[in-house]
Parts: sequence; C-alpha cells; structure tokens
Amino acid sequence: MIFTLAFRNLFHDRIRLAVTLVGILFSIVLVAVQLGLYLGASRMITANIDHADADLWIMPFGAKSFEDGGLLMGTRERHQALATPGVAQVTPLVVRFTEWRKPEGGSTRVVVVGTDAEEGAVKPLSLKTGTWEDIKAPDAIAVDETYLKDLGVDGIGDTAQIGPSRVKVGALTSGVRSFTQSPYVYTPLSRARSLVGAEGSDLATFHLVKVYPGQDVEQVRTSLLNRLEGAEVLTTEEFHQRSLRQWLFRTGAGVALIGGALLGILVGTVIVAQTLYSSTKDHINEFATLRALGSSSGYIHKVILTQAGLSAVIGYVLGMLLALLIVLGSQSTPLPIVMTPQLAAGLFTVTVFMCAISAVSAIVKVTKIDPATVFSR
Amino acid sequence: MTRKKSATPAATESNAKSEPVLSATNIVKELGRGAGTVMALKGVDLQLVPGELTLLMGPSGSGKTTLLSILGCIMTPTSGELTVAGTKTAGLSPDELAVLRRDHIGFIFQSYNLFPTLSALENVRIALDVRGQKGYEAARRCEEVLREVGLGHRLRNFPGNLSGGEQQRVAVARAIVSSPSIVLADEPTAALDGENGNAVMELLARIAHEQGRSVLAVTHDPRTLPYADRVVRIEDGLIVGEERRPEGLDAPEITDLTKRRKAHA
Repeated sequence: MIFTLAFRNLFHDRIRLAVTLVGILFSIVLVAVQLGLYLGASRMITANIDHADADLWIMPFGAKSFEDGGLLMGTRERHQALATPGVAQVTPLVVRFTEWRKPEGGSTRVVVVGTDAEEGAVKPLSLKTGTWEDIKAPDAIAVDETYLKDLGVDGIGDTAQIGPSRVKVGALTSGVRSFTQSPYVYTPLSRARSLVGAEGSDLATFHLVKVYPGQDVEQVRTSLLNRLEGAEVLTTEEFHQRSLRQWLFRTGAGVALIGGALLGILVGTVIVAQTLYSSTKDHINEFATLRALGSSSGYIHKVILTQAGLSAVIGYVLGMLLALLIVLGSQSTPLPIVMTPQLAAGLFTVTVFMCAISAVSAIVKVTKIDPATVFSR
Repeated sequence: MTRKKSATPAATESNAKSEPVLSATNIVKELGRGAGTVMALKGVDLQLVPGELTLLMGPSGSGKTTLLSILGCIMTPTSGELTVAGTKTAGLSPDELAVLRRDHIGFIFQSYNLFPTLSALENVRIALDVRGQKGYEAARRCEEVLREVGLGHRLRNFPGNLSGGEQQRVAVARAIVSSPSIVLADEPTAALDGENGNAVMELLARIAHEQGRSVLAVTHDPRTLPYADRVVRIEDGLIVGEERRPEGLDAPEITDLTKRRKAHA
C-alpha cells in the first residue's frame, strides 16, 4: 500500500509531477554534461600518458604536463638511466608546441609528438587511416581527422609546413582530441627533433623507462633519482595526476566543470524539495488520517521517500535519455562528452540521494502533523 | 422514526454491566496559553463498555470533539486519567499512543477522510497495512467487511464516484476492519441526508450489538437518537446528563426522555 499511495499521490497532480520531473531532468542533464566534459577532458589530457608503454617517466624538474615538459634533456640522462640496475629500456620522447603553417595561409599551434613506436614509446592512438609505416615515410606525420579543417588540410597526402620543414599527412587518427585545442602531430622521433628546431641532436622532452619484469618500480625510481640531477622521475600514474592538476585545476577549467555539476545537483534538489513539500502539504490531511489510524511515523516517512524514489527513477530515465542524445551529438566536436557505465551508475546514485535529501523538508512537515486536525476538516 | 430491531436488548443489558473498555476520570483539557487559555474540559468522567452505542451530544463549543480526541488518544489531557483496554495513557509517547490507537480504536470522521486516490477496497486495506497486515488474507478480510457494510459491488470505485452515504460506509468499514474494541465516530451523519444517515446509524448499532464493540458517536443530530443505548450530554466542558434506554423501551421514548429532561431542567 505504501507504493500504491506514493504512486497515486505522485500521479494525482500531473502538472506538479511534470515540474518535478523537469527539475530532475535538467539537473541530471546538467550534471551529466558537466561530469561528462570533465571525464572527456581528463581522458584527453592523459590519453598519451596512459597509452605509453612506460613504468617511469624521466622529465626536466618542474615539468607540468605532457604538453608542457619544459627544457629538452640531453643524452646524459638517458645513459645514466640505462646504467641504472633494473632498467630494461629507456626511450626518448619529444613533445613540443610549435607552429603549423596552413597551405592556404595562416597558422595554428600544434603539439608535435616525436616517438619511435617500435621502441615502446607513445603510439599514435586510434590510427584510422594509414599505418605506422606510412608515418615513417619521408615528411610524413599523423594528425586527427577532427582537426583537418583547423589545420587547413583535407586528408591523406595534403602538405603543410612546421617551422622550416614541409610535412605531409600520411595517416589519420580518430578521436584523439587535445585539451589545449592544439592538435597532436605524431611523427618519428628524428623528424620531430627537426620540426622543433633540434635537428641532429639527441634531445628529448621525456625519457620513458621500462623496468625488467619483477623489478620493484619504486626501488628503480629511487636509484634513478640518486643518479639524475635536475630531473624528476614519476610513475605513469603520478604523471597522469600531475597533468590533470595542471590543466583542470591550475587553469580553473576543472573547478568550473565540477562547480557546474554541483550547481546542477543543488538546483535539482531545490526543485524536487519544493515540489515534494507542496505535495506533502496538499496531502497533509491524508497523512494526519494515517496518523489517527495509528500508523507509525516511519510508515508515513516511507510513503514520502517512495514518492521521492519514484520521482528519482522516472526523472533519471528521462534525464539520461536526453543526456545520451547530447553525448552522441558531442562526439564529432573537439570536446566530446564522455558517458561511462560508472558515470551513469553514479548519476543514478546522485539522483536518488538528491531526491532523498529533498524529502527531508516534507518529512519535517509531516513529523509535525497534529492528528487532531482530522476532526477539524 | 422507529428504531429497527437489530439490537438485542438482552445483550445491551448484559453489556451495561460489562467491564469498561475505556475509562476516563476527571479529564481536564486546557487549550491555548496564558491569558487566552480556555478550559475545554473541566473534569469529565466517562466509561465505555462493550456492545453499547453511546451518543455524546451537546451544543457547538461544548467540548465534544476535544473529548473525542482525548478518548481516541489523539490529544492528551491536561490532567485526569484515561485507561484504554487496560492501558493507562499517562506518560505515553506519541508513537506509543499511535500503537494504542492502532490496536484498539477505530475512527469514523465527519468528512469521511478517505484517500481520494485510493479505491474503496484500498481505503480499507490501508487500515490493515499500517498494522502490518498485508497480502491475500488482508485483502479478503477487507472485501468481507465492505460486503458487510453493503458495498460489495463498489470495491473498485474511488471516493469521488461514491455517494456521501457510500463514502461514510467505506469509512465505517475502515474503522472496523481491524476488529477494534472501540469505535469513535465524529458527527457520522452530519454530511448525510436522512436515508443515508439512518443507514450509517443502523450500521453503527449493528457493530455495537452484534460485534460487541463499544461505539461512541459525537453528534448533535437528533435523528441518531433512536439508535442509541445511552446518551451522554456535555455542556461547557462538563457532563451534564446521561440517559440509558431502559430495557423494552423503543427509541422514540429515549427522545421523549431527553425532552422531558430538558423540560425539567
């Protein structure tokens, strides 16, 4: 009967129900979009780090993120690392902002990623057209298809210029977006050095370290730190977190996204609380009758919480449908929104929690019911 | 107006000698605070015994509803002692009073107080549901009681589709479905026409006499007199008179007795 009464109370006033559901729906969509953007941005920021085949990253002291590695390191660090017990492989990686000159005039900033994929460094993610062999061809580079228009090229075979050098699109990736909106340009290590003005050198932004199987990564790191001066050694997870902090929190972008999500939860809570409260007020005589009939406070609270729960489930389903449409629509944009099963489950939990909190004001109201009012109607 | 013979005088006589199921002693109730305090009840003594339909009559503002609220454990007295089914109510918490109501008291309200979004059957079922009685047996019991009150054909109807008399009969069914020893009714006929009012009073008399419950109805409707075993008069917060229908007397004579008492006063 609790469910029946809650369901009927809820559907008795369709307009109020619609207001409640719209409140929950907008709240869910807002939270889903904000958190989806946060997740999407996080993935973009750390995608190259997460896909690198490395246990440890050697970088100049104070390197802030994958794109902002600071000064290039020489070969000394690489040789010292290779001489460290437990180190199996050290692969140089060049990452540098530079200028891309469009064939039809104008320029844009890009991030050149120089890597020898065969050696286990960063691989171009999601190659859609072409292979690593195509990228190794003279002047060849790989860019993401999303940025073709921004780069002023149409596709495979088109040429442009980075610094003094000519480059040719040899392969296309799909879905490799850059949080900085400066597209990644993947190319072999030696060509990358020439594109960033370090031609013929052994300079690198990072050295990616693989340890021998069974080796204690922490122990190897300590050994590396003892040998290397002016360099930092981070685990992949630490570098992942540092990059996130740099772009999401030091720039304020993440705070804005999380703030938007919290605002969505707050707005949803207020709307649901207001409608649940007014619904309870409208049905107060019925609750007083229940009290007069001898129902416990808990029974009445369950009716209100069931109403809140029903609102949450219906609002969640509608909100998620709209959110998924927005997520789908964002996939071809430079900042796609990400929806994962974990985020969907989290949103459901947030919605139920939000509606349960919203029920508090109604429960407080109903707790103060004087059953004697049943005689004064 | 002739009282139907559904009541058994013998039962009435024996019930009058039964142990009271509800006993109120020197009940005082002050409403409001400070200078605005009103003494709604000024020391009321009242006992209800099984198998008897008692009418509590009095003018507006005499304290009828306040007394009903206190007897129903909905309101607590300022002083005095109330015992319901052997349990003294003094010092009980609101939740303990709710349990006492749930276990021993059925309520019938002037405005029926039915749930508009629930069907007749569901309105009765909710009274068992709050007692934790669910499932097929509970549903069967509710149908049975609704049939007893003549609404077997209206089980699925919502209050909005029922007449006033039918709604009050649903309320009666809700009050008795849990087999309470006490049924308290607040102006049960006030919103009903003569025919429906009589039908409801007939039902209350049957509940008292055939099921052995103690029924107290607050009313100022003279049409209810023929059904009463006992009439208690309240004025200005005090019980000012009480008449019992002597064995063999028909209801109109109760009315006459009442008139004679008034004339005498």
